[in-house]
Amino acid sequence: MRVDLKDIRKYFGPVRANDGITLTLEEGRIYGLLGENGAGKSTLMKILSGYQPQDSGDISIDGQVVDFDSPASALAGGVGMLYQDPHDLPPFRVIDNYLLGRDKRVRLDYADAERELKETMGRYGFILDLNARVDTLSLGERQQLELVRLLAGGAQVLILDEPTTGISADQKVLLFESMRKLAFEENKTLILVSHKLSEVQELCNHAFVLRRGQLVGQSEVPCFNEALVQMMFGQIPARSERVLFELGDPVLEVDNLTVSDRRLTVEGVNLSIQAGEVFGVAGLEGSGQRHLLQACAGLLHPEVGSIKMAGADVAGWSYHHMQKAGMAYIAAGRLEEGLVAGLTMTEHLVLAQPEHSYFVDWNGARQQMEDRIDHYQIVGRPESTADELSGGNQQRLLFALLNSPLRLLLLEHPTRGLDVQSTNYIWELLYQRREDGTAILFMSADLDEVVERSDRIAVFFGGRMSRIVKASETSVEELGHLIGGQS
Amino acid sequence: MRSRRTLRQGLMWAWPIVPVVGALVFTFGMLPLFGVNPFEAMEAFFDGALGDLPKRLNLLAFWVPLVITSIGLLVTFTAGLWNIGVEGQIIMGAIAASFIALNVKAPPVVLIFLELTLAMIAGGLWAALSAVLKTRGRVHEIFSGLALNAIAVIFTNYLISGPWQPPEGGSFRGTAPFQDGALLPLFGDSRFSVLSLILALVAFVLVFITLRGTFWGLKLKALGKNPFSAYLLGVSSERETILAMAFCGALAGLAGSIRVLSWFDSLRQSISGGIGFLALLVVMLATYRILLVPFVALFFAAVLRGSTTLHLRTQLHTSLGGILTGVMVLFVLLFGDPKRLGLFKDKKDGDGGGPEVSGRPVDPFGKDIPLGE
Repeated sequence: MRVDLKDIRKYFGPVRANDGITLTLEEGRIYGLLGENGAGKSTLMKILSGYQPQDSGDISIDGQVVDFDSPASALAGGVGMLYQDPHDLPPFRVIDNYLLGRDKRVRLDYADAERELKETMGRYGFILDLNARVDTLSLGERQQLELVRLLAGGAQVLILDEPTTGISADQKVLLFESMRKLAFEENKTLILVSHKLSEVQELCNHAFVLRRGQLVGQSEVPCFNEALVQMMFGQIPARSERVLFELGDPVLEVDNLTVSDRRLTVEGVNLSIQAGEVFGVAGLEGSGQRHLLQACAGLLHPEVGSIKMAGADVAGWSYHHMQKAGMAYIAAGRLEEGLVAGLTMTEHLVLAQPEHSYFVDWNGARQQMEDRIDHYQIVGRPESTADELSGGNQQRLLFALLNSPLRLLLLEHPTRGLDVQSTNYIWELLYQRREDGTAILFMSADLDEVVERSDRIAVFFGGRMSRIVKASETSVEELGHLIGGQS
Repeated sequence: MRSRRTLRQGLMWAWPIVPVVGALVFTFGMLPLFGVNPFEAMEAFFDGALGDLPKRLNLLAFWVPLVITSIGLLVTFTAGLWNIGVEGQIIMGAIAASFIALNVKAPPVVLIFLELTLAMIAGGLWAALSAVLKTRGRVHEIFSGLALNAIAVIFTNYLISGPWQPPEGGSFRGTAPFQDGALLPLFGDSRFSVLSLILALVAFVLVFITLRGTFWGLKLKALGKNPFSAYLLGVSSERETILAMAFCGALAGLAGSIRVLSWFDSLRQSISGGIGFLALLVVMLATYRILLVPFVALFFAAVLRGSTTLHLRTQLHTSLGGILTGVMVLFVLLFGDPKRLGLFKDKKDGDGGGPEVSGRPVDPFGKDIPLGE
């Protein structure tokens, strides 16, 4: 099937998630859809798969304009999407899940379904116990089940959203083989949504790159990684000169650290950050940067290796323990992980302060919040609730809640959503903290910011940290190599 | 502009009246279908609840433990917890008070002090058990609460038919009446005790101050609205969850002891009379505002007390009181939030919803507390 997307637009309030995207997908090919988090990949694919409607623009399949109002109608029209988190029913058996998507009749024909399912699975080399309950399967196996279900539903266009996250190496090989078979032997159209360049290079024929809701480039692949990185991040200007700062003793020492969660294992991280130093971490989203920050915050505990803060072994310390010892952490999700919707700015300040009396001095706290509102240029009143503030002001509030002095400051996307002027101002305030001997470790999706603001930089790729480079001596080419996983 | 804003806030504040009146009209409007004059029924209700002084005193006696329990529930609701186990906490308080009343010989003052204290400890521990099951065992408090409620009921039945059965033999109805000195001093020959009213007042002031002015209250509020952000801001979710539950449990235990020591004079089979569940409805109907709680509780108490007389006069079943309260809660859940209905929108704020009326927690429905490790 040939798919044409024409001038697709989708706005969420002021955010232009898709801002006029036009592209064509031919049958018998595998396409890569690349872009950083928030670039608009998921939105576009959800529109194509009937999960949400576009504001304007047309989708046509084999020249016919179609209008999908649900994932089911999209599948009936030949478009199926494999989500990152499988949409199956865990307490049911494999065969039941398969039937749920398939059988519209009243009586369930198990024998027939079993034959059908076994036949499809055999074609792609999938092996599943049909009577196993879905919640006993691995993520990769659930993915296989989902894929088979989509194929049985008649999918000619298959969208796979980050399919390799959280599955084993063997399952990945099997998945890629089946994807090639689907495209090149069965003439289906495949779309791989990913921010892993190496996978797109390995598997795809053609890559589309989205940035800020627009299609900013496309290329036949394999091609040079740098070309794709440059499309994803834009041009990176040369770093401006900055006054040197005398660094102090090591504040954070990470030695041979291994941490993991369900999706990713980060191994062998070594780094040391000195008092007054700003250390930037780059990499494609989900490559392990956040794991490092969370490990340093005491939110993820190391499986191997040690973390020292100001000389003390802090591996295994709880987040609150770290907080008391002078660590602060600003996470990426403002209203999800940092601020409390419905609480006022003053209430936030009271909660965030290190010292507490049993009865709250509301007047004093209000006064103090007013000072901080001035200092951090927040638009709002002390009694404004966090959810009433705009995104940029929420970000400023998070900075306003930081205590001083701090030993270690961990930041995720510190200036996301701020304009240039506020960004400069926030960094000015952050640099002032060097005087207190604060070490700053931050991650950002904005390569400009990483290069411009850091003293030293490390790049994460697939759970591994690259060698550490000096910000003043690195080049776009070098970072491009590192982000793509070459050393 | 200013005055329009205040007017809007005033309207929003008074909004809870709307679903209440709606439910009254709905329920009494149905009565003609059953051949009953709704106005007659209302009068019967009113007479039954407030007709004469003894009735008013008994209404008050029923109201006090209901208010105390509701006030305790405000604390757990603020922390985003569904303390369904409050019923069991009342029962455990009643059992603890009965234990002292049946087994300890002491002057009345000492006896009553011991009864009330032990009841609060028992209720608090029973609630803390539910909290620990949540924080350590990852059992939702609704399920542990239901289970602990059942266990508390069974435990009562065991006591009154076994070790605590009256000397004349177990009747499965209750223990022998307590010694006189163990009972709360009653007002006249009613079942109302002034002491219990004072305790309710103390509880009210205590919780009012805790939720408005203390750091602990603020922590609970943060926890109830966003547990993970609260954790990142330094709130220990495990500690506060257990403390909030224990606090509520202690008040529920106190209410239970007031039930056995003034409403009854012995430990009975259904000692709480459903006050715990009723209190949950009270708090929801009061839209989690402490100042409304005593009035809503009084209204509920009156409806339930009045339905007995209603039955005698109109032959309508006493459960009409229960139906009325049930309909009311449904109406409040459906129509109670003017913002969700799209009323009183501040143009300036756009769709983000108007400013929160202070002191009003978000609807704790569907809130689960993921505990940070």
